[in-house]
Amino acid sequence: MDHEKRTAGFYLLAAFFILFVLFLYGPLSAILVLSFQGPSGGLTFPLNGVSLHWFANLFEQQAVGDFGGSFRRSFVLGLMVMSVTVAVSLLAGLAFRRRFIGATALFYVAVASLVVPSIIISLGIGVMFQQIGFRPSWYTSAFGAHLTWTLPFGVLIMFAVFNRFSPAYEEAARDLGATPWQTFRHVVLPMIAPSLIGVGLFGFTLSYDEFARSLMTAGTYNTLPLEIYGMTTNVTTPVLYALGTVTTVFSFLVILATLGCIVYLRRRRARG
Amino acid sequence: MTIAAEQHVDGAAAKPARRFSLARLAPYLQAAPLTLILGAFLVAPILMIVVVSFWDYDFARLYPDFVTYNYTEALGSWVTWKTYLNTLKFAAIVWALTLFIGFWVAYFLAFHIRTTAMQIVLFLVCTVPFLTSNIIRMISWIPVLGRNGLVNAALVESGLVPAPLEWLLYSEFAVVLAMVHLYTLFMVVPIFNTLMRIDRSLIEAARDAGANGRQILWNVIIPLAKPGMAIGTIFVVTLVMADFITVQVMSGGQSASVALIMKNQMSLLQYPAAAANAVVLLVLVLLLVAGILRVVDIRKEL
Repeated sequence: MDHEKRTAGFYLLAAFFILFVLFLYGPLSAILVLSFQGPSGGLTFPLNGVSLHWFANLFEQQAVGDFGGSFRRSFVLGLMVMSVTVAVSLLAGLAFRRRFIGATALFYVAVASLVVPSIIISLGIGVMFQQIGFRPSWYTSAFGAHLTWTLPFGVLIMFAVFNRFSPAYEEAARDLGATPWQTFRHVVLPMIAPSLIGVGLFGFTLSYDEFARSLMTAGTYNTLPLEIYGMTTNVTTPVLYALGTVTTVFSFLVILATLGCIVYLRRRRARG
Repeated sequence: MTIAAEQHVDGAAAKPARRFSLARLAPYLQAAPLTLILGAFLVAPILMIVVVSFWDYDFARLYPDFVTYNYTEALGSWVTWKTYLNTLKFAAIVWALTLFIGFWVAYFLAFHIRTTAMQIVLFLVCTVPFLTSNIIRMISWIPVLGRNGLVNAALVESGLVPAPLEWLLYSEFAVVLAMVHLYTLFMVVPIFNTLMRIDRSLIEAARDAGANGRQILWNVIIPLAKPGMAIGTIFVVTLVMADFITVQVMSGGQSASVALIMKNQMSLLQYPAAAANAVVLLVLVLLLVAGILRVVDIRKEL
């Protein structure tokens, strides 16, 4: 298949793929452009001049609620979810390499965590906290709610990674006299590091953008998606787009930094 | 081990025994954090919902009780049935569209892109939007589809329509479009994964046996891609069934979904009523997933 001439089918599919990419990125680029709308401009094209007016507006607390605070909370929560997701998924991935009683049940609970509607998790945790008498907050109940979404992804990724991981490397290390910890630290960990970074990226971004699971669990202080959702119902100026641009650019920076990390690790390993 | 053997008899006997038990204990210790977190934030809340769905309530608080009228009220109302049908309709339409788009995008990436580097780059181009905010991606349709949006401007300018189309935004069309926009990635990734694992010699064998391109696609590639399609289907169907925000924002309040009913009940503090709906929705979703899982063993697909 690889050495044939390009067929008509190729060009048809290539056109389809390009349309798909335009469909994915087109609307996003529209709000990117419109966030530079002039001070008198509205929510749609045309641009009434070009300005940074709406970005400035974003940072005035009165105009759009608590953008800075909600961003800070979402950022910290994302980092918390990321670290726990990486550590817990790695441990669970190691556990699933061996037989243990309840392994199948635990696997299916993890899968269930992926398919249970997020609003049900939100409602359940909210009501549970209320009945126990705990006050819901973004760093307790919302933290747990986000983990039910990020952990299954992490566990499934680690599952896939260890399915393809040859035990020969560990056997070689053991034959050379390495302790289990040394084998893990110097043989296994460097080999799976890029996947772990990938899991971390999922953990951070999924938490950072999560809305439904925060709805009933965030407590008094909003996370960023809740704040944005509030704005969609009562803000009718391009400041909404400015916020969209800022958070999207932030997401892209996080993704780029992560990819950079993975490429760097791969290069370093390739050099030996 | 040689050092251990030189030590006195007791130590030598005790050490392998302890190591043996520690090795057997290790997977339990490693699985414990996951078990605890999912137990506390997934299993316990769901049990809580089941319990609360039988409770009584008024405007101020909940009363532990065993009443069934939260269920009879939910299932006895014509509105609920209509909403379930509406939600299932969205699920079916979005499923068909994402499966079609997802398959061809994955097929193009897997079979028509020749270098691995290019494959990775294009795959990332497809997955990056998944890692950005859903709400922002929804809002981004407003300047495109709105009354004065890009599409309407182009249509009116070109003379295709006399006046801006009203049904582009805040309609069921907009809901479906936004859902396809948000969820197609969940189809592309698993299908791409299975397509990449198809042994290329199978395709050469089919060709040598005289199959044409269409026959190879229909009799070799699509059957082998079914597990990926099944996993994508699970994602898309469960996401659409659980969706309330896309329906709310994109239909402008003109359309309903089961989760949206729940959300409205929750904002009125009618938790037992919302819990009864949650139980019904959960049973429906789990039945759908169980049906799909009969087609595919996901553990084999990872």
